[in-house]
Amino acid sequence: MTTLTIEAREVRRRERLETIEKSLDRRHAKERRFRRMGLAAVTTGMVLVVILFSSILMRGLPAFWQATFYLDIHFDPEVVQVEARPVQEAGERAADFRDRDLAWQSQVGLVNWQQLIDDALEAELGEEIEARQTRDLRALVTSGERRALRDRFIDDPSLLGETKRLKLLASANVDVWIKGNIDRDLPDAQQQLSAQTREWADALHERGVIRNAFSTALFLNPDSRSSLASAGLAGAFMGSLFMMLIVIVLSVPIGVASAVYLEEFAPKNRLTDLIEININNLAAVPSIVFGLLGAAIFIGYLRLPLSAPLVGGLVLTLMTLPTIIIATRASLRSIPPSIRQAALGIGASRIQTVFHHVLPLALPGILTGSILGVAQALGETAPLLLIGMNAFVSNVPGSPLDQATALPVQIYLWQGNELRNFFEARTSAAIIVLLALMLSLNALAIWLRKKFETRW
Amino acid sequence: MTTATVAVPKAAPKRETHSSQVKMSTRGVKVFYGDSQALYGIDLDIIENEVIAFIGPSGCGKSTFLRCLNRMNDTITGCRVEGDVTLDGNDIYAPSLDVVLLRAQVGIVFQKPNPFPKSIYENIAYGPRLHGLAKRRAELDEVVESSLQRAGLWGEVKDRLDQPGTSLSGGQQQRLCIARTIAVSPEVILMDEPCSALDPIATAKIEQLIDELSASYTIAMVTHNMQQAARVAHKTAFFHMGDMVEVGDTDKIFTNPRDQRTHDYITGRFG
Repeated sequence: MTTLTIEAREVRRRERLETIEKSLDRRHAKERRFRRMGLAAVTTGMVLVVILFSSILMRGLPAFWQATFYLDIHFDPEVVQVEARPVQEAGERAADFRDRDLAWQSQVGLVNWQQLIDDALEAELGEEIEARQTRDLRALVTSGERRALRDRFIDDPSLLGETKRLKLLASANVDVWIKGNIDRDLPDAQQQLSAQTREWADALHERGVIRNAFSTALFLNPDSRSSLASAGLAGAFMGSLFMMLIVIVLSVPIGVASAVYLEEFAPKNRLTDLIEININNLAAVPSIVFGLLGAAIFIGYLRLPLSAPLVGGLVLTLMTLPTIIIATRASLRSIPPSIRQAALGIGASRIQTVFHHVLPLALPGILTGSILGVAQALGETAPLLLIGMNAFVSNVPGSPLDQATALPVQIYLWQGNELRNFFEARTSAAIIVLLALMLSLNALAIWLRKKFETRW
Repeated sequence: MTTATVAVPKAAPKRETHSSQVKMSTRGVKVFYGDSQALYGIDLDIIENEVIAFIGPSGCGKSTFLRCLNRMNDTITGCRVEGDVTLDGNDIYAPSLDVVLLRAQVGIVFQKPNPFPKSIYENIAYGPRLHGLAKRRAELDEVVESSLQRAGLWGEVKDRLDQPGTSLSGGQQQRLCIARTIAVSPEVILMDEPCSALDPIATAKIEQLIDELSASYTIAMVTHNMQQAARVAHKTAFFHMGDMVEVGDTDKIFTNPRDQRTHDYITGRFG
């Protein structure tokens, strides 16, 4: 009887183990499959990111170096025929002096600065330029450089009669030719530059007069359409900067304050539920809708100026607010209630509880959420198109009320430029600048989170 | 002392000197959480400088009642309190009463130790500083030292006051929380199962501490541990299903309860 029972038990034990073993194989296979799928997903993502970044870097990095002339410019007194710059005389009113100075400046503006460049090139080339070749010659240096010469002279009139070695940007087409971004074997009719200009460019490049030099123009100049080679990001950068300041100053305090009120003080009733649902919905509203709202309210109703970073900043603030409110509320909710009870229990008021204990603990999360929200706003294009920030602006804005564009909008504008050979690289360079800005903002977020993190 | 009929041998030492003055008093206290009622009219007097223990099975409303005594229920949404609760004869639910002042008079220690994630010093100093009880740094130092000493923690932490309160062990953290509460010099201390998260040695230390504190404070504590109630409490109140079944001297409750439910509970028939 007992032996039988023992045998029967043994059989049952084996059966049970076999069942488990069979299911084990299945379970392990499932786990392996899941792991492989996860790994594949991560690998795909990584590969795509690497492809994206390397393609942007490969296209964009060469644009940071531009074909540049190193020329000896002689400020020939025969060409630059202007009087000495006026000085303020004793007893003269400031307004009168300014009028005289402006008259002098417009006189300087009338000088044929192009002549100085032509002369320098002629000297470099060592040959007589005939009148019919002037056009070919002037295709070498970008047209913005003659204004740069004028500005240089206004800053320092003592240059008159001097010879100075200066860096002048080559025209966009010469840059494309030198870098080989156009097929050199194309027939003349399809080339952007005349055969003569191409020959000169090659000769000067060989002799080191044209070199590939780091382009400060990209960072210091505003956008340009007449002198493509000197088109830069300064205007868009300042526009973005003004907008970011407005977004940070408005959306962070308003967003954090709303979140603290809703989370810590507001009664829980239908009205607050409704507000919460609406905030969550607002976070999912397509950004272009905020642009329409901004156009209708800020420009149509409040009559704020078009294309102004002020309006852009306000629109982006509206867009960022839900993100910041949601991040802050989540962060506040993650603080254990025991901390609130501890503070309340020794007689802290609710506001003291929030400001002494809850907010400091929630700070890392709030900062991270806010910075990511602001970074998202920095990369936003669509709403800005609707308030006129896609206008061509050739000045660097000096205040949030001046016309300006923004970095992502500038990328969009350059992306659409007809001179593809030149602007493809320029667009990628602008993307690199924007990405660098984003990455530094994200790095700041991580650093702040680490700095304020409390160990429990 | 009468012969023990239950497995609780030793009752708290009876103090003959206490004033017998009512410190807190409740009449007809009902508590509702939304639509469900948690307490059905509690009448209880808490005598000055006595330790009173609330016992009863889980969900009987003893913690809810404790939280009524310093209005911690205010922080729970949907919680409604009816009836009268007085401290020294003053209604603590009166609209004119400032709840901050009440909580400075009636402190609370929670079930799970909850020190602030700040230094040990800051944990203690927070309350006095908040209420402006210590004007100068030296005074504050003194309050911190005396509070920690009364909580029996001074010797263990005096060399590391700047370390986070959360770095202490569970028992030390709970004594830190008690020190934090007494640093404000309350008149009544409420304790909500202060030892349930602690090991027996830490529990023994806290119990001894409660005994010492009862000389200068009125203490109301919730406990699941009947031996603990028997060891430290002068009076014991038995709660059952939202009602207070009976209250009396601890040895009386444990040796000769009037109500059958109390008898069943303390002899372990349910709960």
